[in-house]
Amino acid sequence: MTDYALILISTILVNNIVLVKFLGLCPFMGVSRKLETAIGMGLATTFVLTLSSISSYLINEYLLAPLGIEFLRTISFIFVIAVVVQFTELVVHKTSPILYQVLGIFLPLITTNCAVLGVALLNVQQGHGFLESALYGFGAAIGFSMVLIIFAAMRERIAVADVPVAFQGAAIGLITAGLMSMAFMGFAGLVHV
Amino acid sequence: MLTAILAITLLALILGLVLGFAAIRFKVEGDPIADQIDKILPQTQCGQCSFAGCRPYAEAIAAGEVDINRCPPGGEATIHALADLLEVEFKALDEECGVEKPKMLAVIDEDRCIGCTLCIQACPVDAILGAAKHMHTVIASECTGCELCLPPCPVDCIDMVETKPKPNTWRWPDPAHIDLKLGDQP
Amino acid sequence: MTQKLGSFPGGLILNGQKKRSTQVAIRKMPLSKKLILPLQQHIGEASTPIVSVGDKVLKGQKIAKAEGHVSVALHAPSSGTIIAIDEQPIPHPSGLSALCISIETDGEDEWIKRQPIKDFTELSEHEIRQLIREAGIVGLGGAGFPSFIKLNPGVHHHVETLIINGVECEPYITCDDMIMRERAEGILDGIEIMLFALRVKNCVIAIEDNKPEAISAIELALGARPHLHETNVVVIPTRYPTGSEKQLIQVVTGKQVPSGGLPIDIGIVSHNVGTTYAIARAIKYGEPLISRIVTVTGREVEHAGNFETLFGTPMHELLAYCGTKRQPEEPFILGGPMMGYNLSGDHLPVTKTANCIIVGVDDGAKASTPLPCIRCGECATACPVSLLPQQIYWHSRAKDLDKAKEYNLFDCIECGCCSYVCPSEIPLVHYFRFAKTEIMNQQQEHAKADIARIRHENRLARLELEQQEKELRQQQRKAALVATQAAKAKQTAELSTKPQKTDSQETQ
Repeated sequence: MTDYALILISTILVNNIVLVKFLGLCPFMGVSRKLETAIGMGLATTFVLTLSSISSYLINEYLLAPLGIEFLRTISFIFVIAVVVQFTELVVHKTSPILYQVLGIFLPLITTNCAVLGVALLNVQQGHGFLESALYGFGAAIGFSMVLIIFAAMRERIAVADVPVAFQGAAIGLITAGLMSMAFMGFAGLVHV
Repeated sequence: MLTAILAITLLALILGLVLGFAAIRFKVEGDPIADQIDKILPQTQCGQCSFAGCRPYAEAIAAGEVDINRCPPGGEATIHALADLLEVEFKALDEECGVEKPKMLAVIDEDRCIGCTLCIQACPVDAILGAAKHMHTVIASECTGCELCLPPCPVDCIDMVETKPKPNTWRWPDPAHIDLKLGDQP
Repeated sequence: MTQKLGSFPGGLILNGQKKRSTQVAIRKMPLSKKLILPLQQHIGEASTPIVSVGDKVLKGQKIAKAEGHVSVALHAPSSGTIIAIDEQPIPHPSGLSALCISIETDGEDEWIKRQPIKDFTELSEHEIRQLIREAGIVGLGGAGFPSFIKLNPGVHHHVETLIINGVECEPYITCDDMIMRERAEGILDGIEIMLFALRVKNCVIAIEDNKPEAISAIELALGARPHLHETNVVVIPTRYPTGSEKQLIQVVTGKQVPSGGLPIDIGIVSHNVGTTYAIARAIKYGEPLISRIVTVTGREVEHAGNFETLFGTPMHELLAYCGTKRQPEEPFILGGPMMGYNLSGDHLPVTKTANCIIVGVDDGAKASTPLPCIRCGECATACPVSLLPQQIYWHSRAKDLDKAKEYNLFDCIECGCCSYVCPSEIPLVHYFRFAKTEIMNQQQEHAKADIARIRHENRLARLELEQQEKELRQQQRKAALVATQAAKAKQTAELSTKPQKTDSQETQ
């Protein structure tokens, strides 16, 4: 039980996928201009990440490993991720057209979100079991959503503040992200094993 | 080798089936985005965006065919609202379409009007009243100021006048022009 | 008084500056040659003129009638001739003009026949409200909301308490103070009428503790009327903006009026003391609202004081009468130094809502160039409605109006506390007023656009229908033509064959 709790804490805070592992930076910078959008993106990514880490575990364990074709791992993972993303896209389009429009290109781009493939591959690399894989994916997604939402809330305030001209736009965004990353370094050593 | 090919094919087939099912199950009808864009547009129906009215322009924006900066009557406020809705960067008004003007109102010079009904046919919102060989007049509260009635008039009896603010429609001026004093510099 | 008082957050203790204008009793402003009466001196629809140019009118004669529900009548303040009904500059922050009736007075000041009511208890509540409406009475505290509406709680509300607002918290203004000192009897008459119209017993007269003379005057008058035993004077600690309706209710009852709600929602009706007095005059003496007490004060005013002024009197005449050292067109403040606004025109008339004119503010002068916001949060501490002025400021400035609205911009009472305490001297209230009018304007435009869309869609539908009908007609015509042609062809064919036959028969 402690192991599972540790996986969650580790993925959300200590090894945050965005601020510590530096994966999934494009949506982090791209979809953080508005809080509502960030929340939507967080939800979509959580859905995709959890589902894809579960299904990639299953495929790796029951299809690739028994047949001894692990060399096809990357391509089949991309396959699975693409399908999960497409599926999510269809669901989002049906349930929330505005979120669909707002997420725009970033929704299909979850396919190439390095965080998704990264988590799937890390799962294999670290030899996680089924539940561990699912938790790892879910935790990473929660970590991603959390920092995305915090960052979006900060950017909303920065957007209306007096930023010196040279720092306006992406520049102040990157500086803020850097400061956040430094803050998250503080979580290193949170858990002693 | 053969197992690999077969396995991948099988995988693709199953996933394809899942997607195909989802596509039917979650089919979207209509285009709710176009509705929302249409709500933001000022509904002058003036055609300055090169589309035949606001709705077609909204549909074109929703389809991603045109830019959001082609609406002179809406001006900056509309572009800001569209940029906000669609989460895209703000763009200055396309000068090809026209320039932002204060709100105008068409007024028919009733002495010169010959009652040809041409302007009535041109008005996109039926805001001109009149009959053949009788003087026409503009319903001021319904006029959108689109200027579409100007070209058809054979005697040039329609003038565009600026709508003056009244005390109850007056807006407090934007205080943003008040410059911030950043300390006393030597 | 044993009643426990409530409180509201924030607020300010301000230097009253009231002594200057309370040294002399209320004086009468002499009759002016020309009176200019804007048709809209209240919230709601402007009234409609019922006189025309050249008409002779008597003092108190109705010259414009109420239009729609939220509206009141307008009366001639003195006898004379209507000389114009046209656009004139009005006392409004925009400096714009609006439709006004101008009267040239004849100096006779001859009253129209008044109909005083001896015993108002013989009237129904509805009749009283109608009389008040026809007398043109609006809230004289500054907002100008038609009073008869506030006396009509409707069937869904139960009124518990009537609050008479004699707080007058804004510095400089003393017109309510003076009316309480000098006309306490009239105010109590008004209270009796309102209690009757609202069918309530409980009444609270709220007065700030910096007006001891007014408190004793009212208490003295109240002592002589034992039947008003459920009417109490409540002394309120001096704090700005206690005079604001919702804040006063919070102080007196401890209850908060919900956001976007009205006092009636929590069983409270409140009226200003000036309005109360005007209602008494209207019912008891049949006198419509044609004058009000205006405080004229400030550093530049020599004979500061309170003046009973007829509506329509040009403000510059009033200022001149008080011996104001002022250049023509020099700006002055209408209202208090906190919530009032600058006016500069010379021929602006005194209206129903003009409570105070200040020329030369001692301490209110603020630097015109604000410094950047340092996010100190002083504004949030001072805000009497618990808003976050700083956040609203950022969003208003960035024209992110939806966000400003989310921070409850429309609950802002524009009291000016935030601007007053701001160490960077940012004109916060100006930003809020801008954002409010901008949002309201956008809403109006949206409503207009919606109508235009419907009209356009209807037109398209109609055109299509016409087109279809045209095509149908064409088809029918074509079909008919084809049919007739076929018939003709048949006929001619028959004709041509028949004679042949006959011919052949003949030839045979």
